[in-house]
Amino acid sequence: MPAVSFDHVSRHFGAVKAVDDVILDIAEGEFFAMLGPSGSGKTTCLRLIAGFERPTGGDIRIFGEPVADLPPYKRQVNTVFQDYALFPHLNVRDNVAYGLMIAGRGKRERHAEAEAALEMVRLGGYGSRKPSELSGGQRQRVALARALVNKPRVLLLDEPLGALDLKLREQMQEELKTLQRQLGITFVFVTHDQGEALSMADRVAVFNEGKIIQVGSPEDIYFRPEVPFVADFVGSSNVLPEALVARLTGETCPAAIRPERLRLASEGPLKARVTGLSFLGLSTRVSFEAEGTRLTALLPQDVARPREGDEVALSWAAEDLHLMRAGQRAGA
Amino acid sequence: MTMVQTTPSAQAAPSEGVLTRISDTLWRRPTLLLLILLTPPALWLGIIYLGSLFALLLQSFFSIDHFTGLINHEFTLATYAELFTPANFDIIRRTVGMAALVTVASAVIAFPIAYYAARYAKGAWRALFYLGIMMPLWSSYLVKVYAWKLILAKEGILTWIFEGLHLTWLLDAYLALPVIGGNSLSVSPTGTFLVFVYVWLPYMVLPIQAALERVPTSMLEASGDLGAKPAQTFRHVLLPLALPGVIAGSIFTFSLTLGDYIIPQIIGTSRLFIGQAVYQHQGIAGNIPLAAAFAVVPIVIMGVYLWTAKRMGAFDAL
Repeated sequence: MPAVSFDHVSRHFGAVKAVDDVILDIAEGEFFAMLGPSGSGKTTCLRLIAGFERPTGGDIRIFGEPVADLPPYKRQVNTVFQDYALFPHLNVRDNVAYGLMIAGRGKRERHAEAEAALEMVRLGGYGSRKPSELSGGQRQRVALARALVNKPRVLLLDEPLGALDLKLREQMQEELKTLQRQLGITFVFVTHDQGEALSMADRVAVFNEGKIIQVGSPEDIYFRPEVPFVADFVGSSNVLPEALVARLTGETCPAAIRPERLRLASEGPLKARVTGLSFLGLSTRVSFEAEGTRLTALLPQDVARPREGDEVALSWAAEDLHLMRAGQRAGA
Repeated sequence: MTMVQTTPSAQAAPSEGVLTRISDTLWRRPTLLLLILLTPPALWLGIIYLGSLFALLLQSFFSIDHFTGLINHEFTLATYAELFTPANFDIIRRTVGMAALVTVASAVIAFPIAYYAARYAKGAWRALFYLGIMMPLWSSYLVKVYAWKLILAKEGILTWIFEGLHLTWLLDAYLALPVIGGNSLSVSPTGTFLVFVYVWLPYMVLPIQAALERVPTSMLEASGDLGAKPAQTFRHVLLPLALPGVIAGSIFTFSLTLGDYIIPQIIGTSRLFIGQAVYQHQGIAGNIPLAAAFAVVPIVIMGVYLWTAKRMGAFDAL
């Protein structure tokens, strides 16, 4: 039985289709990422699972139970909010113990459990502090402990790492992944950061304009995008339009090619003009224009770099050109 | 870099006006600007405001010679002792009781209004809401009080409505009640209470609304997410977070009721409130020390009230 299942779920706000006819199954124990640009419906989907929004159509089930009529406080899911939403008038221990307090557990018991949960997120001994005395990363962990202490069957995370700086974010990504493996709880994670989704999730759903465009493993999403949107948004792949692909291969569909797979050659199928170079450290990013299409290549530092304005030829291995035959719409 | 090397005098070319030069000087000397800005309000606050308060305090430690009617300028606590005579203490008890009731009633009425205004009212509705709350403050306080007298009087609108509904017996039964009743609503303590609540309500709505607006929706969602029913969310999250606003509002309603001497004079019984006692003692009776001692009572009560509120953690969410 899936932990969460969406059956033709829609959430429309007047004329705005925030979530539109989404079909989705999230397996138990899975680390599932919802990835998409802002306004793509991923957060609304999360809020539908938590119960903060009600669907205008379709059916949501959590472990088989229809939840349309269940308010948030009756659902066995907990949420880590984007702004953490820690209660400013309570100290860290009481914040973490809040759910247990509501459940009517005794003071000593809930304090002991809260302390254990704080240990788990490596914040043992911080119980007496106020949330305002903690750093962003620490608050994030308190929010995590506050949700996990209730032993939810599904943990929802709404861009939980968005407010952290890069180094802390990478560290928290690993910690979250480890924690999820240890606990075996289903994690549903919303993010607009493709790197985060790919590095953490078992499966990724890519959202655009209220619909799920593609669901699959990070490898699927990265190497085998089904539509140009996924290729562009997830991997910043080069998308070759249908006409160009038709001339190059004879196939009538768009195609994607990863920037690191494009090579500079003296002879090649595609002539291009260099429009810009930027030094990235490990590699150099070169922008081209070829037959009205903008392309990007990542060149290793040991390869001779072209100069801006140079006319060059581009080539690639045949298997690196990924044809997107799946048309415009790919369901779940 | 050239900016740094240029001397200030070189910048102040003769063609520049006096105002420009003054503003340049102030920019170069922020302390001078601060001094100019702060001196007038500091003088006002220090001499006129705190000074007169101090003079008031000083008066309350003098006494009056009841035979000659002259003020005896010797330090004594006798005037304060006079506050505790049954007649005077009754005035204090009545006033504090009324202020407390008015405050509680205002908070109870204001909270839902403020909650709606803070959470749900959008755009034009929001503007209309503000207007609805603020508009009563634009008209004269006296006009409003007299308007209420017309509403509550024996031949007034309310009596007429009760007659129309054939509920005169209900109004009569209420007026027959001891302590809160009277000949008509306009001469009963209930009338005083109603008018106090009406007149001070905006002062309660606005601070609560400001406090509620600072509570992010996600905070309430988080509480629900952790299993709290709406009533529990109110009790454990919303109320503690709104409490500084409620306290701020209650400072207004409580102290304004404690000090008011016009409403109880126009509407209600002939029994005195603190404000009326102050008015009479300093005017007709010429007993400035006792008037001053009466005036100190609200200050002490407010001090104790705020201290208790702080001790109970009402400001923890600030």
